[in-house]
Amino acid sequence: MSKHSNTENPTEHWDLILKPKAALFDLQLKEVWKYRDLLVLFVKRDFVAQYKQTILGPLWHFIQPIFTTIVFLLVFGKIANIPTDGINPVLFYMSGISIWNYFSACLTATSNTFVANAGIFGKVYFPRLVIPLSTVLSNIVKFVIQFFLLLAVMSWYGIKTGHFYFGVSWLLIPLLVLMMAGLGLGLGIIISSLTTKYRDFSVLIGFAVQLLMYATPVAYPLSYLSGKSFAAWISWNPLTPIVEAFRFALFGTGSAYGTGLVYSGGVIALLLFLGLLVFSKVERTFMDTV
Amino acid sequence: MTDIVIRVENLSKQYRLGSVGTGSLIQDLNRTWYLVRGKEDPYLKIGEVNDRTQKGNSDYVWALQDINFDVNHGEVLGIIGRNGAGKSTLLKILSRTTTPTTGSVKIKGRVASLLEVGTGFHPELSGRENIFLNGAILGMSKQEIKSKFEEIVDFAGVERYIDTPVKRYSSGMYVRLAFGVAAHLEPEILIVDEVLAVGDAEFQKKALGKMKDVSRQDGRTVLFVSHNMTAIKSLCSKVLYLGNGQKIQYDHTEKVINNYLSHNANSSLLQSFDDQLTAPGNEFVKVKRLEICPVLNELNEPITVNTHINVEFEFWNEVDDKEINLSLHLFTIAQECVFNVGSPAKILTKGLHKGICLIPSNLLNDGLYMVSMMIVIDRSHALFNYENAVSFEVNENRTPGGWHGKWPGFIRPQLDFTLD
Repeated sequence: MSKHSNTENPTEHWDLILKPKAALFDLQLKEVWKYRDLLVLFVKRDFVAQYKQTILGPLWHFIQPIFTTIVFLLVFGKIANIPTDGINPVLFYMSGISIWNYFSACLTATSNTFVANAGIFGKVYFPRLVIPLSTVLSNIVKFVIQFFLLLAVMSWYGIKTGHFYFGVSWLLIPLLVLMMAGLGLGLGIIISSLTTKYRDFSVLIGFAVQLLMYATPVAYPLSYLSGKSFAAWISWNPLTPIVEAFRFALFGTGSAYGTGLVYSGGVIALLLFLGLLVFSKVERTFMDTV
Repeated sequence: MTDIVIRVENLSKQYRLGSVGTGSLIQDLNRTWYLVRGKEDPYLKIGEVNDRTQKGNSDYVWALQDINFDVNHGEVLGIIGRNGAGKSTLLKILSRTTTPTTGSVKIKGRVASLLEVGTGFHPELSGRENIFLNGAILGMSKQEIKSKFEEIVDFAGVERYIDTPVKRYSSGMYVRLAFGVAAHLEPEILIVDEVLAVGDAEFQKKALGKMKDVSRQDGRTVLFVSHNMTAIKSLCSKVLYLGNGQKIQYDHTEKVINNYLSHNANSSLLQSFDDQLTAPGNEFVKVKRLEICPVLNELNEPITVNTHINVEFEFWNEVDDKEINLSLHLFTIAQECVFNVGSPAKILTKGLHKGICLIPSNLLNDGLYMVSMMIVIDRSHALFNYENAVSFEVNENRTPGGWHGKWPGFIRPQLDFTLD
């Protein structure tokens, strides 16, 4: 435009240029850091808003794992008679449930990012990644609460039997939680990106998470499968080494195999990378299709 | 050189109409196939002009097409247009909730949008918590919000409710709080869309004042979308007029608004009906004719502030032996009433009656006016109100040499004025 030509100047500085397409690797992670206050506030909001107008409040986090543990005790322990690797069955199920719950909560909540937040995304810009990140963080709070319940039950059994395991392997626990977060986040943002236009995946994720639990040694130890033909399939599941290592870290028994964890780590890195790529591409225009 | 803070270049946005399903999946696959081979997106060629009233042949429409404009630092730019003209799409792109299909937007400084008030407000959280959350969503840091907190609460006037969940707020309080947060954001560029439609009169005044302050004192740039021409007029220095996704006009406020209104107003001098059955009215009265008859020397002369104007009317009366009088309302284009005059009341027989009302020269200011005619019975009840039936424009007749700005005031009477 001729009108522009007299003011055009090559050194002109613009803070922001909005264009149809961005570079493939323009992940805007710097932007996410700029909005870290928002991230914290979202975590707070999730936590506070969930318990407004409830009487038991955060105690609800205790009730769910307790009842699930009781059901597992009955179904897998008493009815199916599956051994628990020498670990007290209550602790075995409860530990599996708490780490599994964290993963499934991360995955189901983040996979809903775009659809559930379309209202707010449609009105104001902030790095969209803040939402799934805040989901993962607020679920850590819930995990910690459940973990304290687990510790309480462990100490009670410890006092009763006079045997309480505590070792360096406990240092693994934060890493394992981080891995679960990465896996849930990576898968979640890929699925959330796919569901913006076609909702088929959100239907799938509902029961896929449930079924995935049976393909992960939550209610049975991996050692129980040795010699069975499908054991290899279960060990290809990147969740398997994490759950097994979690029990190893807590109780000092079971199989924490390093190669498995390295394999899981690789899968997580790949999923996170792919997820960020897809997510940053979709977040630009998803409002038109959601 | 003026300081340009927003530059919009060849901006276009295409939307796909219809539902998402297998049809759109096939189009998606087709598009991917074209892009993989390095060809242009085939669907970008087939878009149509976005006229929602016409049936189109294509699933793709251009919500915006080839928009170009610059906004200077400290300017308040009004954006007007009928529903579906592309105003919201433009704001969505500027506020980064979606990206353009082609073209680009360059921006200097922080942009904050107020597309709808209360974005991100959580009903369960208290006013205090929501101020922090909303502020952070709009891009403020915790420190910034803390330093503005008192001001925001004060502006919103919700001191007493600050620790109550916002779901217990009245809608007015809710809006005030939300606008308060956004107004104290101090972005370099503020985008406001129709927020002023809600809230009470006092608050609207406050909000308009705040917007004025933001632009005049702090030198910020404001983009303001509204259907309220009075607000646009009092706030904006320039106006962008969009229609069917295209730029119709981009100029000084007064010019664009008059153009907009003359496009959209019922800009005819005559309403006439020969058939009593289809004429506007009811079982008591029917309007036959309402006409603006300026007293002109030549046929195609424009109406100016020096023109005598006769408002002539004819109507069929169907009520017998009642006192009837006529009442004319003259409105500005912004629907502000300039005056209301009544004819003498008379007992009228059934049948056709007519009358004339003379608006003298040197009374009206220049601008666009609309006339409503009300037929009144017993000097108390309106039988029928023929609203905004005719309109006319009064033009400027000042000779070059003096001041050229818009003459202020609703009317421009010639009064005896001496100077010794």
